[in-house]
Amino acid sequence: MDRLDELEAQSIFIFREAFARMKKLALLWSLGKDSNVMIWLARKAFFGHLPFPAMHVDTGKKFPEMYAFRDRYAREWNLDLIVEECPPLEGIDPTLPPAARSAARKTEGLKLALAKHGFDGLIAGIRRDEEATRAKERVFSPRGLEGNWDVRDQPPEFWDHFNARLPAGAHLRVHPILHWTEADIWTYTRREGIPIIPLYLARNGKRYRSLGDADITNPVPSQARTIDEIIAELDTTKTPERSGRAMDHEAEDTFERLRASGYL
Amino acid sequence: MNARVSPGLDANAALSRPLVRIVIVGHVDHGKSTLIGRLLAETGSLPDGKLEQLKAVSARRGMPFELSFLLDALQTERDQGITIDTSQIRFRTPSRDFILIDAPGHAEFLRNMITGASQADAALLIVDAAEGVREQTRRHGYLLHLLGVRQVVVVINKMDRVGYDDGRFREIDAEISAHLGGFGVKPAAVIPISARHGDGVVTKTAAIDWYAGPTVVEALDQFAPAQPATALPLRLPVQAVYKFDDRRIVAGRIESGRIAIGDEIAVAPSGKRARVRSIESWPAADTGMTVAASAGRSIGITLDRELFIARGDLIALAAASAPSAQLIKARIFWLHDEPLAAGAVVSVQVGTAEVRGTVTAIENSVDPGEVVQTHARTIGQNHVGDIEIALAAPIAVDLYENNRRTGRVVLEYAGRIAGGGLVLALPGEAKKAVAAVAAPLIARAVELSRGLADLDAAGRLAAFRHEVEGRIAFTTSFGLEDQVVAHMICEAGLDIDLVTLDTGRLFPETYATWEETEQRYGRRIRAIYPRHTELEALVQAQGINGFYRSREARAACCDVRKVEPLNRALAGATGWITGLRADQSAHREQIGLVAADPGRGLLKLSPLHDWAREAVRGFAGAHAVPYNPLHAKGFASIGCAPCTRAIGPGEPERAGRWWWEDESKKECGLHTAPGAAR
Repeated sequence: MDRLDELEAQSIFIFREAFARMKKLALLWSLGKDSNVMIWLARKAFFGHLPFPAMHVDTGKKFPEMYAFRDRYAREWNLDLIVEECPPLEGIDPTLPPAARSAARKTEGLKLALAKHGFDGLIAGIRRDEEATRAKERVFSPRGLEGNWDVRDQPPEFWDHFNARLPAGAHLRVHPILHWTEADIWTYTRREGIPIIPLYLARNGKRYRSLGDADITNPVPSQARTIDEIIAELDTTKTPERSGRAMDHEAEDTFERLRASGYL
Repeated sequence: MNARVSPGLDANAALSRPLVRIVIVGHVDHGKSTLIGRLLAETGSLPDGKLEQLKAVSARRGMPFELSFLLDALQTERDQGITIDTSQIRFRTPSRDFILIDAPGHAEFLRNMITGASQADAALLIVDAAEGVREQTRRHGYLLHLLGVRQVVVVINKMDRVGYDDGRFREIDAEISAHLGGFGVKPAAVIPISARHGDGVVTKTAAIDWYAGPTVVEALDQFAPAQPATALPLRLPVQAVYKFDDRRIVAGRIESGRIAIGDEIAVAPSGKRARVRSIESWPAADTGMTVAASAGRSIGITLDRELFIARGDLIALAAASAPSAQLIKARIFWLHDEPLAAGAVVSVQVGTAEVRGTVTAIENSVDPGEVVQTHARTIGQNHVGDIEIALAAPIAVDLYENNRRTGRVVLEYAGRIAGGGLVLALPGEAKKAVAAVAAPLIARAVELSRGLADLDAAGRLAAFRHEVEGRIAFTTSFGLEDQVVAHMICEAGLDIDLVTLDTGRLFPETYATWEETEQRYGRRIRAIYPRHTELEALVQAQGINGFYRSREARAACCDVRKVEPLNRALAGATGWITGLRADQSAHREQIGLVAADPGRGLLKLSPLHDWAREAVRGFAGAHAVPYNPLHAKGFASIGCAPCTRAIGPGEPERAGRWWWEDESKKECGLHTAPGAAR
């Protein structure tokens, strides 16, 4: 059993725990590399099926390639796709820096979607190695009634036993690929032949390492035009993965503030 | 191993390098974060610009830069100057990859330390050379042991503060080694370092030239990743049974051993058997490629016959099946702010099984952070202790010494994971296996169960009397089943004692039925009363109707009024007859015809165990058996007056007993395993 086998087995275990213990689940499909791996793992866990909806919380500002990808693979993978719109910028906390304020639309969209569908579990493709605050996450991460994350009062989680009991009206975030790295995602994508959005591959010396809204996401310098080359690049790079995501860098604590209020 | 072929992967050096998860633990301020910062900086593992960014932040805040700031990424942490949760940071040496798990040293955040350390293959325990071994040093050391982290290296940090004195180093080495040795942990190395100045971390400097052992990085390079337990017997906890299509797939992760198509499996606790028909995979092209799978894999199997299998069951090979138990003794750590006390009701999780349990005993409760241990009767927050838990239903569980994955238990309290630990013993199992009387008694029970199964109830009673030597007691509470059994005993004139437990709180109708029964059959029914001293003390303590207040208060009342008198009623008996039926409640489903009661050293016959309520009613009517008039008023199961009420149509029979309590444990303790009741 190699490292990818171990990661895969662990993620499948988490998916099955979530499905067994939560009443109404949805998988948050951001269309990015991580959530595509997640869907793939879920289909492995459930033998070809995705027994809950895939939900895209749409800011309306994604790249055209992302929408094309969504519509094609929702069909091909036979997904129960839910698309929920985010509220306009005017309704968002004006004290946040501009890009973060724009990203916070997704948090609000998520809250509306939760209220509308009554999900008690949201499966999200965040990873510990992406960003320091995500490193603090639990696999089963209880959220407050407002969807907020209380980093000071996280329950203990050990030996793959997860906290799944919630007060009525609250929900749980489930993180099946929390323990994966960016390199793991790409190596697994290559091994399994999982489709990707071509924006990840370099064109004219630049590629996207992380995909978000088109107006607040920038490509990074790169010569990696194939997945193999991405894997080789990651082996030597010291540039953080989210360096192209504007909202992380406006102020030192922006991402932490976003997450505390319920951002992924 | 899974037979799946992964082309091209062997060539990938990144994947073949061992990945070791390391936790760094120890007392607050002994320098964990600084050591991690040092390791990251010196092995070139930091993202470009990170160091500069944090130095800039420090300058803006007017604080001197510290290496530990690298980890304290959250603003809240920086404000307080302490780490509040585990971060996971990657770091790489030429020989292997590491995930460094930082764990907070502050006692308040022990749940985060445990969350981090439970994921580790190995640990660095850090001790401040100036301060020496402190509370969290000892506590974390003990928890590493309970969490199953066996590879431990001790680093004695801040040697610069003690002038790199080798005498001071040896003093602390001796103290911490003795502490760890107390629970069987032997550190692989004890290393003098200064994380701030770099001595002993990557290189041995002149300041510690008196030290002959490895540096921190050299010691890290000796750590090995945890290996899946492929050599142990198969243990496959069932997560779910899926029927998405025409297949009925049993899904779970193999915790130990190996499973192959054609294997005969046994499901615990039911004991049912089947053979593995297929190992399922997706994409479909992979199915059929897999003929066997081993520990660590998440798999799905189909079986050659339709067994009732559910989440929580444990699949093992029939040749090496898993034990089941209803009583567990475990050494646990406790994290909830409310101390754990005997009588507490917890949710007990073993693998994917989850069952309600009552803590029946607490021993050796200690604060592992203290030098002098005071044994308490409860287990306080962040303390450890040995507990015995009686479960509402049997579950499959191993001893920790036999299987580290399936021999541990997690406790949930008030809706949240609150503790966990190692399964030390299965006292029910042990009694059966060890006590000289147990094995033959069980064999005899099995033999009698088979021999008596085809007889009618009266025949079973007669045969039991004939087969079992010595005194046999029938305990009656004058319910309809008991009246039918009494009728059969008296009509056949069997030499069986008729005994009843008069709790002092019975219904007037019950006393009337008692008298009517004695007159009808011309036999005295011996009454056993509670010990007056105990009863007086109970009523003094909880009041005359104090049992309504809590489950514990009710159980204490049952203990004094019923369980203790029952033990006297059965003292010296070799046989015990009851009117139990298996369909009275889920708890009683396990009741067989003849059961061994090794605790009391007797055989227990339930001649009506396979009767339905209607059959009992029909028999009583046909033979004009005297019955309690309360039955006609809607009472099904009749006990003490304050604790029994009538039930409505369609309600379960025992719904009228202790109706204000939770469904799961409606027993007074008479018919649960001895030991579980007290």
